[in-house]
Amino acid sequence: MATATDGAGLSTDPSVAPAQPPDHDDVVEVVPEATGLSPAWLLAGIVAVAAAGVVGIATGPVSLPLHRVALELVDHLPLVSIDSGLSSSQRAIVWEIRTPRVVLGLLVGALLAGSGAGYQGVFRNPLADPYLLGIAAGAGLGATIAIVTGVGDGVGPFDPIPMFAFGGALVAVAMAATLSVRRDGSGGPATLILAGVAVAAFFTAAQTYVQQRHADTLRQVYAWILGRLSTSGWDEVLLLLPYAVVCGAVLVLAVGALDVLAVGDDEARALGLHPRRIRMAVLVAASLATAAAVAVSGLIGFVGLVVPHGVRLVAGVSNRRVVPLSFLFGAAFLALADVLARTVQAPAELPIGVITAFIGAPFFLAILRSRSVA
Amino acid sequence: MSGTPAVSWRGVRVELGGRPVVDDVSLDVPAGSWLSLIGPNGAGKTTLVRTLGGTVAHDGDVTLLGRDAGSLGVRERARDLAVVPQHPVIPPGMRAFDYVLLGRAPHQGLRCSSSVQDRRRALAVLQRLGLDTFTDRRVDTLSGGERQRVVLARALVQDTPVLVLDEPTAALDVGHQLEVLELIADLRTERELTIVTTVHDLTVAGQFADAVAVLADGRLVADGTPSEVLTPGVIGAHWGVEATCDVDDDGSVTVTVRRRKEQRRTPRAGVAPTPTLQRTEDDRP
Repeated sequence: MATATDGAGLSTDPSVAPAQPPDHDDVVEVVPEATGLSPAWLLAGIVAVAAAGVVGIATGPVSLPLHRVALELVDHLPLVSIDSGLSSSQRAIVWEIRTPRVVLGLLVGALLAGSGAGYQGVFRNPLADPYLLGIAAGAGLGATIAIVTGVGDGVGPFDPIPMFAFGGALVAVAMAATLSVRRDGSGGPATLILAGVAVAAFFTAAQTYVQQRHADTLRQVYAWILGRLSTSGWDEVLLLLPYAVVCGAVLVLAVGALDVLAVGDDEARALGLHPRRIRMAVLVAASLATAAAVAVSGLIGFVGLVVPHGVRLVAGVSNRRVVPLSFLFGAAFLALADVLARTVQAPAELPIGVITAFIGAPFFLAILRSRSVA
Repeated sequence: MSGTPAVSWRGVRVELGGRPVVDDVSLDVPAGSWLSLIGPNGAGKTTLVRTLGGTVAHDGDVTLLGRDAGSLGVRERARDLAVVPQHPVIPPGMRAFDYVLLGRAPHQGLRCSSSVQDRRRALAVLQRLGLDTFTDRRVDTLSGGERQRVVLARALVQDTPVLVLDEPTAALDVGHQLEVLELIADLRTERELTIVTTVHDLTVAGQFADAVAVLADGRLVADGTPSEVLTPGVIGAHWGVEATCDVDDDGSVTVTVRRRKEQRRTPRAGVAPTPTLQRTEDDRP
């Protein structure tokens, strides 16, 4: 028989609750807060994104004053009208060239870091990253096929390399997910990770084979694999946007369930959740988002692994903080990494994957050391 | 307490790897009572209680508060039954208060967001368990006894009428064992809980439970009150040890186990037969 409760004491029936604490209506009591995304953290993330965006747009071969760029951006907010003082050609540089690239960097960074946080949450594994289930290998094979067959040179207005990469990524992750389910319908997270490792190994071998057979395209394939953010206007941004919205919505809805999942599948089920359903929902959303990001930007490593960890080290382990802050700080991180990729060897561009690893690794180690010493 | 039992197993059989781990067990747990499942290692105790949680495929009928346990949705079941596992997973870095709040998940929506009522509920239980100063401590930094109480708090916050505890005191020293068990006994009275525990310590079963059931090789071999079940004959037959069982006026039983006499006369391998204290050269003044 269920004991009725009033949400405050241990029971509504005083005769069975001798040790019941006093009625909360009569007592001023400080009820602790649950760990969540505090306004201060949210503001810090938004400021980081805005600052990275302004710096990204202001930096380039033609120097633009930071404050004028900021005013130009504010001018485009609804119900705001400010004269930024930029000339029409400077405005064209801002809106036609730099902003699409910066926004693309923000979106790719947000998706990779947010997906990484999601993967780490569902697998309860700190080494999980968005490429865990073979997405990188699948996308690599898809892009390589597009390049070596010459399809990648373009068919009409479309660039087929992203489409092939997207297709390859989805085929790989779908294979990993399908192969991990046993005949009796069971299959836990460890099985899924192992299936992902096997699928990734297979696709990598296939990609290496195809690449070896077409050594003349090696440089092009290699450049794609190292990752880059280059845009031809807003097309890539528009391609990514729906995935960013869906992935963001699913992951933000799932943060509470991910915290429950931290106690393992059996205990999460005993707490009334469906671990496999939650895992699949998060994995589908995160994998689609990662595949879309990889399709437009190639393989940019380190963001999906390091940003969520950095957030976890400074803001705590709750997914209610880690997931949304990974989106925000991942966006800022990649936009700033792109600024360096464009400027360090200007007018040449460094592969952004090199920058993310060069900056990300020492930054992460510095946080790790300071936190472990403290 | 009379009427429908809170928990009932009828002809329950579980096979794992083609071997019966639980074999034709039928047992009722009246509402508001405390059942201790005992038995040697591998007897099937944990598997039997796991049939309640729907995590083990089984034949036979398992009912929870009069309803088929298999037909309950996970959320519905989590509102009826809370489980304190033998080896709870402690998420690294999680605050004790956040951990205890996880127990409110069956009462929350899709996003598992905690309301003020949820937080008050968690605080009330933490206060009751003497843990209110621990709210901001990380669970993985607590001692074994403190951690066990926090896990218990999470189960109590679930507000279920049935509480299953799988070896709740296995990792605790004698003092903390008694502390946790007395707490469970008090809470059971306060909240009219039905309690099912698996235990290895026969005295714990004899002191706290209303009923004791013995499983051996997956079969139910004895059940009844502690004084009916905890006898030298039953213990000798299924554990292979000599025991004395002292029954108190209130029916609780204290079990003392000792080595068999013939084994005591046999010196242990590698041990000197007459361990006398001898001075060495260095000890001399």
